[in-house]
Amino acid sequence: MIHATAAQMASSLASGEITSVALTQQHLDRISQVDDEVHAFLHVDRDGALAQAAAVDAKRSSGENLSPLAGVPLALKDVLTQKGIPTTCGSRMLEGWRPPYDSTVVTKLKAAGIVILGKTNMDEFAMGSSTENSAYGPTHNPWDLTRIPGGSGGGSAASLASFQAPLAIGTDTGGSIRQPAAVTGTVGVKPTYGGVSRYGLVAFSSSLDQAGPCARTVLDAALLHEAIAGYDPKDSTSINAPVPQVVAAAKKLDIKGLKIGVVKELSGAGYQQGVRERFEESLEELVKAGAEIVEVSCPNFDYALAAYYLIAPSECSSNLARFDSMRYGIRVGDDGSRGAEEVMNLTREVGFGREVKRRIILGTYALSSGYYDAYYGSAQKVRTLISRDFETAFASVDVLVSPTAPTTAFKIGEKSDDPLAMYLNDIATIPVNMAGIGGMSLPCGLAPEDGLPVGFQIMSPAMKDDLMYQVGGVLEALLLEKWGQPLLASSPSFGAI
Amino acid sequence: MAEISREEVANLARLARIEMTDSELDHLATEMDVILGAVARVQEVAGAEVPPTSHPLPLTNVFRDDAVTPSLTPEEALSGAPAKADQRFKVPQILGDVE
Amino acid sequence: MALNFEQALEKYEPTLGLEVHVELNTHSKMFCGCATEFGAEPNTQTCPVCLGLPGALPAVNGKAIESTILIGLALNCSIAPYSRFARKNYFYPDMPKNFQTSQYDEPICINGYLDVEIDTDEGKKTFRVEIERVHMEEDTGKSLHVGGSTGRIHGAEYSLLDYNRAGIPLVEIVTKMIPGTDKYAPQVARAYVTELRDILRSLGVSDVKMEQGSLRCDANVSLSPRGSGILGTRSETKNVNSLRSVERAIFGEIERQATRLEGGERIIQETRHFLEESGLTRPGRSKEQAEDYRYFPEPDLVPVTPSKEWIEELRATLPEKPSTRRKRLQEAWGVPDKEMTSLINAELLDVVEETIALGAEPTKARSWWLGEISRLANEKEVTAISLVTAAQVAEIIHLISTGELTDKLARQVVEGVVNGEGTPRDVIDSRGLKVVSDDSALMVAIEAAIAAQPDTAERIRGGNIPAAGALIGAVMKATGGQADAAKVRELLLKHLGQA
Repeated sequence: MIHATAAQMASSLASGEITSVALTQQHLDRISQVDDEVHAFLHVDRDGALAQAAAVDAKRSSGENLSPLAGVPLALKDVLTQKGIPTTCGSRMLEGWRPPYDSTVVTKLKAAGIVILGKTNMDEFAMGSSTENSAYGPTHNPWDLTRIPGGSGGGSAASLASFQAPLAIGTDTGGSIRQPAAVTGTVGVKPTYGGVSRYGLVAFSSSLDQAGPCARTVLDAALLHEAIAGYDPKDSTSINAPVPQVVAAAKKLDIKGLKIGVVKELSGAGYQQGVRERFEESLEELVKAGAEIVEVSCPNFDYALAAYYLIAPSECSSNLARFDSMRYGIRVGDDGSRGAEEVMNLTREVGFGREVKRRIILGTYALSSGYYDAYYGSAQKVRTLISRDFETAFASVDVLVSPTAPTTAFKIGEKSDDPLAMYLNDIATIPVNMAGIGGMSLPCGLAPEDGLPVGFQIMSPAMKDDLMYQVGGVLEALLLEKWGQPLLASSPSFGAI
Repeated sequence: MAEISREEVANLARLARIEMTDSELDHLATEMDVILGAVARVQEVAGAEVPPTSHPLPLTNVFRDDAVTPSLTPEEALSGAPAKADQRFKVPQILGDVE
Repeated sequence: MALNFEQALEKYEPTLGLEVHVELNTHSKMFCGCATEFGAEPNTQTCPVCLGLPGALPAVNGKAIESTILIGLALNCSIAPYSRFARKNYFYPDMPKNFQTSQYDEPICINGYLDVEIDTDEGKKTFRVEIERVHMEEDTGKSLHVGGSTGRIHGAEYSLLDYNRAGIPLVEIVTKMIPGTDKYAPQVARAYVTELRDILRSLGVSDVKMEQGSLRCDANVSLSPRGSGILGTRSETKNVNSLRSVERAIFGEIERQATRLEGGERIIQETRHFLEESGLTRPGRSKEQAEDYRYFPEPDLVPVTPSKEWIEELRATLPEKPSTRRKRLQEAWGVPDKEMTSLINAELLDVVEETIALGAEPTKARSWWLGEISRLANEKEVTAISLVTAAQVAEIIHLISTGELTDKLARQVVEGVVNGEGTPRDVIDSRGLKVVSDDSALMVAIEAAIAAQPDTAERIRGGNIPAAGALIGAVMKATGGQADAAKVRELLLKHLGQA
């Protein structure tokens, strides 16, 4: 039943129609069948997954009370630690590293009985928008294997779109959950910053990183959201407040009277024609459902990309300093003649890919004395301005919407030599990270010119993640009605690949 | 527009502990120029009256109790070490003095 | 030509700066729950956080913040209403994250002072040492350098790292520049570190053991040509691990810098290492390029904003200042300056106070601790307080005052306690050290003494009281010192019709 939703799988498990072992085996078989082509996984933990599944089945048969998603398989982005399981972050640097501890997200997944199939491919240390920056080769978009699946969480999104897993975990620093969701026709949610613990999430940019759920439906994402969210004393930036009721919101299917703001700055020039069309159509659906659509202006969003490419590299230059070959990871050039410093230099040359080095150098520059105020300092001020834009907007509307990405999936290799063109993929997703609010992408159709999925982004105020689920749930239902089947049913990867 | 020299990039690479060949430095200097040129526009709106934001949430005073919790075993702690000896991480000779 | 200290001071005025690092004595580390015990087996007190494993995040130890605020208050600092942690970025293998979580431009405590008293040619004088900041940071791991010919870092073939110490909370206390100390610079520095150590100890926030590294001092020295007002280039001397070394390091550094300047050489801004054996300093690694630490606010931690109420609550718990306490005790005990200094230098103030609090007479308490007990401690090369407890000493003094022990017997009791023979009472019982006060037993000895020296007895009968000494001495000798001399005298004189 690999084509079912996670919610359907959960109910089949609960009713005893299928065991978790059987369901897990179906997904493992699917992985064997298609992942040579897609390359969504970096590591498949067959034995571990089946053992977890068997444990859930045993608990269920003994009548234990299980959480809603118990027994449902999931794909984990390789940036989150899982004890004893290789965690590479898509980098040569961490080849062979098996962390001695579980991230809080993994602890919660295990507690919920969710079966972890394996670790998914990603741009190295989550830096990229195409998964081409993985040291282990790119992931291919199941809609068209010659195209990128987005990034950095291309592996997680592609695993969903190719039915290798019904659920996945992603992390989103500038759009790494939402943009892959958009270009693969799946659902991805970046929760409010601090909503999901970052403990065990290998940091790229600490003040922007946020783990979140990836799924094929809004409800599935909500179920996973509630499984992984919540306060964690191990993460000092985690929010000590009740988790928003996102499952109830996703099921509400009512947005009458809700005010939805269309961000003027996140449309128009630079956005592909088909992307704009599908976005506009979706707005019409929302109006039909009784929402009020207004245009709002967030003038400082024009500076978000520039600020992001200062803040994220600055933090990453510091976060990635620990990869020095002394305590874990690969070590290069230690032939007994070289000192520690030289071995560090050589290891970091070999262990990091081009984009990672580029950002480390950029961040080192932005933080260095004499440049700090002009670059890092100014970027932090822009961050304030972006938050103010959101505050102003949310004073008059409930949620904000925009296309998730300016284009559909592009060809592998098309932008890999042009960092600035690559960075533009995140232009609509970055403001959400800068302000620490919630953002969701859900599929809103195929662009007529290339037949590829388009993403619709919903942004909700901090700690009001339920609002985006409420709107997303309604839009998904209306579009499903309009199309007669889920978008992914029209994917060439629905059957074999 | 930013003008960044190869020597500056070499110094950044030294600070960041990344070995780079001359051609890599040249290539990166060019790229850095382009990128810095694009991101420098943050300065257009970053007036003195705008406070910086470094934390997306307005949280303060998050403390934990002074309680001892279990450590890793030394085997776990050293499990990822490229080299080890005498229950310690073995690393190439450290030149220079301790900070 | 080498200038000695006096010559150096004729031409130059020193300016000091002192940075003291204190390891707090919290149960757990600064950012994780690992234990902080000194001397544990390598890498047994580590976890993903203090090993800097990918994905791990810090969580601030609230007790460490509290201790830092207490230190700030004790040093008359303002407590910042808003402070933050910052990352200090530099690579070093003993630092797991390759950045130190520290504080930069927003420390917890700022602008304080500490008054220290030193002996000058004109008597006691107080110097005010101004404190610039007190901030929090974390300690690094320890490296062990193996192989190589010299055993020093430079010859090592490889290094071994133990991260037990990594992440132990450190408080850094930085003075402003201290001008005007002149030839008393070494003394002022020592007095400052001593007073600071005593304050930290009285606050109970640190073990302040310089020899174990829980209190470490870096001393900055610069010289200006006398009267010029031009501040010279400073050197920073690290590895100063005792109070005496603080004094010696500054003394030596003033001589070295003056000699260089006199020879027309420049002072290089550098880190130097103190050499315990010679009292000299040697240069550390010269930094061709100034280190750029690229400080920025630690994004994994949130700001510290102590409320006024919290600060006042902590202020109310501050103990009496050590200097005030010393003055108070000196007055109460009526101790002369010199003896007070001896007590302080011998670090016996606490135990003497405790002994007195347990009922001992102040003069007796002081003389026992400074005398017999210190003598035994010197002999055994240990500290006096490791030999006996205040309670034991108070008990012994009590037994002397009741006449149950003589001074001589009491010394034997102390010796017994020190040798592990049990409590004073145990020693008295097992060694049979009771004072002989039984009249009939004493009378036997007295009569024997009279019989042995009939002439002396006759003189006493004739009114020559001072002659009694010889007979008393004989009785004491005969009883092995266990007799109460006063009692012997009383009985003897009565027996000879003189009472």
